[in-house]
Amino acid sequence: MKKLLAPLDNAVGLAVLATVLIAVGTAMTFFYAPVDVDGLNQKIFYFHVPIALTAYATFGWGAWKALVHLWKKKPGADLESYVAIHQGTIFGALTLITGSIWAKLRWGHWWLWGEKELVLFLIIFLFYCTYFMLRYSIEAGPRRANISAVYALFGVILIPISFLAIRLATNYIHPVAFTKQGPQMAGSQFATFMVCLAAMWTLAGALYRLELLGKRLDLKIRELRELVL
Amino acid sequence: MSAAAGMSGRRGRGGLVGYLGDVATLAGKDLRIEWRARDTFPAMALFVLSTMTIFHFALPSGSSDRAAQGMLWVAILFTALLGLTRTYAPEREQGMFDGLLLSPVDRSAIWLAKVLATLVFLAAVEVVALLAFWLFFAHVGGAMIAAVVLADIGLCAVGALVAAMATASRSRELILPLLLLPLSVPVVVGAVGASVDTGTGKYLAFLALYDAIFSLIAWGTFEYVVAE
Repeated sequence: MKKLLAPLDNAVGLAVLATVLIAVGTAMTFFYAPVDVDGLNQKIFYFHVPIALTAYATFGWGAWKALVHLWKKKPGADLESYVAIHQGTIFGALTLITGSIWAKLRWGHWWLWGEKELVLFLIIFLFYCTYFMLRYSIEAGPRRANISAVYALFGVILIPISFLAIRLATNYIHPVAFTKQGPQMAGSQFATFMVCLAAMWTLAGALYRLELLGKRLDLKIRELRELVL
Repeated sequence: MSAAAGMSGRRGRGGLVGYLGDVATLAGKDLRIEWRARDTFPAMALFVLSTMTIFHFALPSGSSDRAAQGMLWVAILFTALLGLTRTYAPEREQGMFDGLLLSPVDRSAIWLAKVLATLVFLAAVEVVALLAFWLFFAHVGGAMIAAVVLADIGLCAVGALVAAMATASRSRELILPLLLLPLSVPVVVGAVGASVDTGTGKYLAFLALYDAIFSLIAWGTFEYVVAE
């Protein structure tokens, strides 16, 4: 029981930390970071980009857990991979929404096929939505875990390959804030960005822990019920 | 990594020659079944021709050749999809998949054989498709043929793996397009780029990179997809 409840401490701790960081990040966004040359709409940058990076990070974490499942046959890795991808899909949906809002404010359209980062994200998002369809159309068991894991691995390969494919095409208007010369922004903007990024990662971590806890409890209850009945 | 694990003790005949022999036997079996039953090829050929007829009417009159070339890639992709839904049909209909898994061959050889058999179907259909395209729409250049060959390899390599995933799921034919289409977006970008854009070389190189990476991963992970 103690072992079962151990992640709860983390989930609560992470949730508190995430709340604080989000509050600080939001305050910094509006009161500390200067208004950019692009105007007030640039403020969404402090949410949109951290959310997108969080989505990529959780997809990556999901693939890592998938690899652990296939390689080490570690029990529970399949569930962890699933929860990470679930969180990634939620943050992915948020990325598309915040990206669309930004595109509307800045370029006057909700969707721009010329905006490659948004298109890339759409492909990745569609790919990971299918993950759930695939997973739930296979009977629970080792076969489902294996197939889900292989699919999750394909995802992290698809991300750079799609990125390359989209970069091959021309017509690139997405602002590039991070170049080889370092971040193209003021120090205060960069600090705000980093706080917001930390906030989103902590939030994702808290949600990941919480969902994992719920799913593990679910499994335990099901096992107990089978024992009783 | 994974395929190497599968190789130990699983193989009937040893060495690379034995492995390729297994692949040839398995691919030959699929081609022989198709030769006798003639299920898939006529369906794919008719499908691609019907699709092109639809495209002729779907494209407004006066559309450029570039638009037609883009449409050709939609036709090719959907035809490949149609063929891939039948990839494991012979095994499924006869209940032979377990037999195939129990046979003393490396499991990645099963994947490679399916890729080769599907490639043969698709290439045969594309001969029909490109001839028709050349007659009805626009000139077919060397770059386009090269793009077709490279795109086919990628589509079949990924397709043979996701078709095995789809076979394991309840929704089979329904889920296969959902699995394959996001994965084939880079193929379409590369293939259409090579067909219509300047700088064909970089697109062909990209297609070759896609083929190499995804073939390697599919080859290594197929074992996990089919294993119980």
